[in-house]
Amino acid sequence: MSEILSELKYTETHEWLRCDEANTVTVGITAHAQQQLGDVVFVELPQVELRVDVGDSCGVLESVKAAGDFYAPIKGHVVAVNEALDENPALINQDPYGDGWLIKIELDDASQLEALLDAEAYTQLVG
Amino acid sequence: MRKTPLFLQHQSANAVMASFAGWQMPMHYGSSVAEHHAVRQSAGMFDVSHMTVCDVRGADALAFCQRVLANDVGQCVIGHAMYTCMLNEQGGVIDDLIAYVMPALTSGQASVQHIRLILNAGTFEQDMAWLREQSQTFEVTLDLPEGLAMLAVQGPQALAICSAVLPAELADGLSSMRPFQTHCASVEGQDWQVATTGYTGEAGVELVVPAAQVMALWQALLGAGVQPCGLAARDSLRLEAGYALYGQDMDQNTSPLVSALGWTIRWQPERDFIGREALLAQKAAGLKEHLLGVILVDRGVLRHGQTLTQAGQTVGVITSGGFSPTRSVGIGLARLQKTVQVGDTVETVVRGKTLSLEVVKPPLIKQGK
Repeated sequence: MSEILSELKYTETHEWLRCDEANTVTVGITAHAQQQLGDVVFVELPQVELRVDVGDSCGVLESVKAAGDFYAPIKGHVVAVNEALDENPALINQDPYGDGWLIKIELDDASQLEALLDAEAYTQLVG
Repeated sequence: MRKTPLFLQHQSANAVMASFAGWQMPMHYGSSVAEHHAVRQSAGMFDVSHMTVCDVRGADALAFCQRVLANDVGQCVIGHAMYTCMLNEQGGVIDDLIAYVMPALTSGQASVQHIRLILNAGTFEQDMAWLREQSQTFEVTLDLPEGLAMLAVQGPQALAICSAVLPAELADGLSSMRPFQTHCASVEGQDWQVATTGYTGEAGVELVVPAAQVMALWQALLGAGVQPCGLAARDSLRLEAGYALYGQDMDQNTSPLVSALGWTIRWQPERDFIGREALLAQKAAGLKEHLLGVILVDRGVLRHGQTLTQAGQTVGVITSGGFSPTRSVGIGLARLQKTVQVGDTVETVVRGKTLSLEVVKPPLIKQGK
């Protein structure tokens, strides 16, 4: 069973979300997701300022095995993308919850966070 | 879902498992790219126990194999192996396999009594149905031995490590073996086989050993620094080496002559192998396609089924697509119209973007680069 951090929120499409200060969240894919995907070799990240809604595709993770979209867990606009992934996409596999983060979103409505899965619910999903 | 004798070892090594051809197999152990590099730079090992071992024995063992296999086993002396296709009457590929002309464990054997075929796991049903049907008119037995495990150890250090780790009965002869040879020995009363064959493009061996003894062998190789490698690395390694994968690059409806496998067909001395007439007819009609390598000039990963164009016209399709960890580029094998030659540029569209590819003669890497 791969790592699931108790302080994060999760989606059914295997993204995690961390609340930062000032209405901003950091988003990435879970340890389970990177394990299934295999070694990531290219990442397509969105433009900063892009408006996203829940479930919108935000970009593509291309691995040796398959290409998969990753999705916005929440409505808002993109305020930062992890540019380190351009040179080093393997960070997603090596440190999916830390240096392998994908994007930061400034959210429109904090109450949307309640609709996300907590660690226990996500554990059930992948268990 | 079947498990190989090394299933628990894979779990201990934190393998990410998936089902493949009805077997639970390790896809990778954390990073298929790291496993790939280990094979190119030192040594990696692959559990290939899911593959089919079929022992052909009897007075007609040689004659039978010369009939069903498109390459000529008659050209192999005892203790040698050969890569071949097994064709149907239409000249399509039922499977690709390695045939080993097995030495007897007691010396002094003059004639061929035993040929071992190692076939793909995914084609088990069609292979055995075909072999059984074709064997009706020959004095042979087809045996699927139980209780065996198979391990491939590949890489520049594979032979040295195996010489140190394998039982002396097998290790002793290893350093003098050339590629595509095979030795057998009795170890603690059980038959072990070693062959200098492989599917990675590196030197190495493939071992067929009793299941009861493979776990200790795995542990010993692990202790000697050999990296466990899964099916993902197996695929990226063979693709770099330009080796065909059955089911992707060719199948029952594909001729070896359009799959860069014409070299495996042995025409002389003249021999009535199944598929011969069909291949002759194909050659007479003129072959319109060939299989070549492609390398992405732009960033990306190639996938099976992607259409290739040249000057806006469709000229081919990707049969095997992937990524080369050695060169950090997308690579593939492609079936292309004969008008497209090595050195040409072709295009493909991925997620709305047009990408350029260079057509090359396989392998996709040279001298490990």
